[in-house]
Amino acid sequence: MAVTGAILLGYVVAHMVGNLTIFLGDIDGYGVFLRRMLSPVLGYGGFVWVIRVVLVLAVVLHMTAAIQLARRAARARPVGYARRPRVQGGYAARTMRWGGVIIALFVVYHLLDLTAGVLNPHGVEGQIHANVIADFQHWYIVAAYTLAVVALGLHLRHGMWSALRSLGRAPGASSVMALVVSVGITVGFLFVPYAVLFGIVR
Amino acid sequence: MKYRVQVWRQAGPSVKGRLVEYEIDGVTAEMSFLEMLDVLNERLQLEGDDPVAFDHDCREGICGACGVMIDGVAHGPGKATTTCQLHMRQFDPAEPIVVEPWRAAPFPVVRDLVVDRTALDRVIEAGGYISTRAGAAPDAHALPVPKPDADTAFEAAACIGCGACVAACPNGSSMLFTAAKATHLGVLPQGQPERYNRARDMVETQDDLGFGGCTLAGECTAVCPKGIPLSTISRLNHDVLSAAMRAG
Repeated sequence: MAVTGAILLGYVVAHMVGNLTIFLGDIDGYGVFLRRMLSPVLGYGGFVWVIRVVLVLAVVLHMTAAIQLARRAARARPVGYARRPRVQGGYAARTMRWGGVIIALFVVYHLLDLTAGVLNPHGVEGQIHANVIADFQHWYIVAAYTLAVVALGLHLRHGMWSALRSLGRAPGASSVMALVVSVGITVGFLFVPYAVLFGIVR
Repeated sequence: MKYRVQVWRQAGPSVKGRLVEYEIDGVTAEMSFLEMLDVLNERLQLEGDDPVAFDHDCREGICGACGVMIDGVAHGPGKATTTCQLHMRQFDPAEPIVVEPWRAAPFPVVRDLVVDRTALDRVIEAGGYISTRAGAAPDAHALPVPKPDADTAFEAAACIGCGACVAACPNGSSMLFTAAKATHLGVLPQGQPERYNRARDMVETQDDLGFGGCTLAGECTAVCPKGIPLSTISRLNHDVLSAAMRAG
């Protein structure tokens, strides 16, 4: 859980930084740049496929671990409590499972939207800038992305915090670090849709 | 004062149980929760009914025998308090109080509020011990222990094995219990020979016994009557990983 989560976190950070290249005005060039990476060895676009395979593996293992934990939890308490008030742990901790499901569903939509282009109002491969602009003209698409990114932020808050503990580290500042990183990622991802919605990026 | 209490009644391990509501008169604010149940039991016996079975021993918060789910919170609303040390002044007589046994597959209900916590003994048997030389007692100062280590060990050693952590955990995990034992023994010099195998074996055993997996939800430490900190779990995980590295 912690190891696959760390891989996915690394990707999420890189993805967020990559998104921000839209403010430099050349996100299409960034797409080409990613596909050219290590192209003498992997061929054009090869690097992107290597990353995709790693991500799919990480996601599958991450979900497998989550399902195993949920099933073990169900087996460990076959008879529930008649009265069970809101758990005392944080909101982020309580929403790990359903938050994860929301994120997984969003990733499917997101891939169909901006990778495959099927659900994108513009939907032309390679025209990343135009696709993004076409998307975030619509308030409901911005709302969907906002929901998903906030869910991701909450997931990362508890995920990072507990991953550090699962891997046997409890630095005093780990809660602060998890909070700062998750808020940073949430805000970083939301920059693009809102910049487009408010016409800052056109 | 008069309280309304809904108590889990179950005649035996394989019998279906249910919540039964009782009105209990003559309860004072100074009574402990268990004394309130004593009042109920005296009346039930006079009326020819079976008294409510519940575990208790020292009634001073150090033995770990008592412990029930009170309104869905292990050991009730008091912070760092066992059920026996909880007083009725904490409760509003207008609201019925729901009392249930610990719920976990490895803790089968024996009767009413009594559960069988042998599973925790199995976890201890897997590694909750140290090797020591037999013979005359060593001098007290023969083995120096740094003060911070002594404090960490002492804090973890305060665990009374009541099982509240398991009862409160949304995953039914015994991680805090195991972590308390592994920390208590693992930071002291006497516990070093078995340190890594202890961590590995105790975790393996708790998994085999059917306890759930820890997701660090933090419910355990919130209800722990001895305030065992979550950091013990990090320490345990660290030792489990080290054990795996050493084997590999």
